[in-house]
Amino acid sequence: MIPAAFEYERPSSLAEALKMLSEGGDDARPIAGGHSLLPLMRLRLARPSLLVDIGGLADLRYVRDEGDHIAIGALCTHHELASAQELTGGCRLIAQVARQIGDPQVRHRGTIGGSIAHADPASDLPAAVLALDGAVVARGAGGSRTIPAADFFLGPLMSALEPGEILTEVRVAKRVGCGSTYEKFQRRAQDWAIVAVAAVIESSGGTISNAAIGLTNMAGTPIRASGVEEALAGAASEEAIAEAAGRVSEVGTPLPDQNASSEYRLHLAEVLIRRAVANAMS
Amino acid sequence: MKRISVTVNGVRHEAEVEPRTLLVYFIREQLGLTGTNVGCDTSSCGACTVHLNGQSVKSCTVLAVQADGQEVTTIEGLATNGKLHPMQQAFHEEHGLQCGFCTPGMIMAAVGIVDENPDPSEAEVREALEGNLCRCTGYHNIVRAVISGAKASV
Repeated sequence: MIPAAFEYERPSSLAEALKMLSEGGDDARPIAGGHSLLPLMRLRLARPSLLVDIGGLADLRYVRDEGDHIAIGALCTHHELASAQELTGGCRLIAQVARQIGDPQVRHRGTIGGSIAHADPASDLPAAVLALDGAVVARGAGGSRTIPAADFFLGPLMSALEPGEILTEVRVAKRVGCGSTYEKFQRRAQDWAIVAVAAVIESSGGTISNAAIGLTNMAGTPIRASGVEEALAGAASEEAIAEAAGRVSEVGTPLPDQNASSEYRLHLAEVLIRRAVANAMS
Repeated sequence: MKRISVTVNGVRHEAEVEPRTLLVYFIREQLGLTGTNVGCDTSSCGACTVHLNGQSVKSCTVLAVQADGQEVTTIEGLATNGKLHPMQQAFHEEHGLQCGFCTPGMIMAAVGIVDENPDPSEAEVREALEGNLCRCTGYHNIVRAVISGAKASV
């Protein structure tokens, strides 16, 4: 399958990229690794008139410790994030998630900026960024704005990015001293998650003091299981954790598809939360 | 049309391509290097795996224009002076194929695995090959070939 025809430009700076996008109109799209956009274009589900290839903009490729948070350049590939030394403590979650995306070839091309901007509820990084109280930086012709992850994902493949804006950076909390894990359930290697759970847990002597739980593919956007998080605070036994996990039903009824009914998704989420919390504490 | 310059297996090629031309079709149809196969055409099966600047990628999900100025290695670029690459030799000796369709992609993925992990365990090989599908062999001999090729590549 070959995509429909489009124009292609490769800018040498972010400023030039933004100019090309704004002149290209509403159907112009940025592309980097292309591992979310090209499959859509080949299915003709996306038909951009102009692709602005920002893949070569080396200054969007970094992982920096900014003191209170970690800043990740949009062009970092999943492969690079999987072994990024700066990701320690709770934000190691990003590395744990990155190494479970797709397969090695996909991880060599796919970028965190592309994955977040694509806003696929079945994709892995969005729930992790949400669980780490993350934010994205969007640059447009008029300047830059920071959008909390909680406000960024609007629906399946819909985000708060405006036409002409480029997602340049993803920020996540460091969560020093926390443990983290990503439990992904899939039927076959390389599949999308049927359900996955991102957990960031702060605990001491077996008692949980703080928990963040992000859910993949349980709604039209990644979501936090806030009832579970509340119930996990203070939990000090397997039974208490299991009881807290049961509150995942409060997130509402996930849509069924060919892989899983709503009931099965809820069951999976509960089991995966139990596992994720235990693994994050170990 | 866009003018691109891509170094494939050490040889620089200048060509005119439509922006929508996928790298795999550029390699097969414009350069005539048909060792790289198109399998699923949806970035699942890995038959089209080549190396882009030394990293394994699925060439059905890269635009030829994105490879402008970059270096590509295909299965045809592995042998030197008529001598098979150790990984090719290992697939031959361990009989890591039946119909052979997935083989070029398997070998390119395998070389990439060993570049990143020179001494992989069987479990690591199986996991790292998750992006390459073989419908004949049940993977057993392929995994053996990758481990043997890794040892021979040291």
